[in-house]
Amino acid sequence: MNALMKKLPLMRSCKEVTALVIAREDRALPVAERLALRMHMAMCKACPRFERQVLTMRNAMKQWRGYTDGD
Amino acid sequence: MNDPTHDTRFETAVAESRAYLLKFARLQLRDEAWAEDVVSETLLAALAKPQAFAARSQLRTWLVGILKHKIVDVLRQRAREVTLDGGTDDDHADPLEHMAFKTNGHFAERPADWGNPEQDLGSRQFMTILEACTEKLPVVQGRLFLMREWLELSSEEICKELGLTPTNLYVQLHRARLRLRECLELNWFAAR
Repeated sequence: MNALMKKLPLMRSCKEVTALVIAREDRALPVAERLALRMHMAMCKACPRFERQVLTMRNAMKQWRGYTDGD
Repeated sequence: MNDPTHDTRFETAVAESRAYLLKFARLQLRDEAWAEDVVSETLLAALAKPQAFAARSQLRTWLVGILKHKIVDVLRQRAREVTLDGGTDDDHADPLEHMAFKTNGHFAERPADWGNPEQDLGSRQFMTILEACTEKLPVVQGRLFLMREWLELSSEEICKELGLTPTNLYVQLHRARLRLRECLELNWFAAR
């Protein structure tokens, strides 16, 4: 138990989570990181905002690709 | 000269797309001479096989498709120059360090609520800002970012084509995405 608490394997800071949310756009995250991300998102009020910004950007790039084709 | 099989309307329409194609070639390649060459090759290829277009509806979609293939060839052939990072210290800084984090790594203030701007995103004004922000990315970051987002190559494909290590690619894309986020926030979401 003590060893587990010491490692706190699923705890991530907002800064670490921010980096993971960005990294997810370009690579598949290991399963432990995906779980840590979800747990952090469930507890944090700030990181979901950042995540929505990244999803908005993803959507924006998709629209832009469509725009480059058709115009 | 006056070959009756030539459709002059087709040729005119192809020629008139040059400026349009050049804009994207410049954004992706970030090199004026490469961009000019690859667009010329695209137009020549299109003019050489008008029958390939006949079945299709959108001329620009077809031309952009040819352009993308030619651009991938250029990026592969010039891989070393494409990834040669002559950037400044500022280019190499991690934009994460500019963000408002406390010393324990938690957000000092919440990131802005960008709302739900579905319709705005399709507007011409937004596209102009998005392109300007992409153009402002450091050269190598901009190329790699658009290889993901415009050419739609996977990270694995980009590493293979350019001989990059995944770590190097991810660092550059991380910076590019955070810089783009910052630029959009300043020039679009906070400015509305």
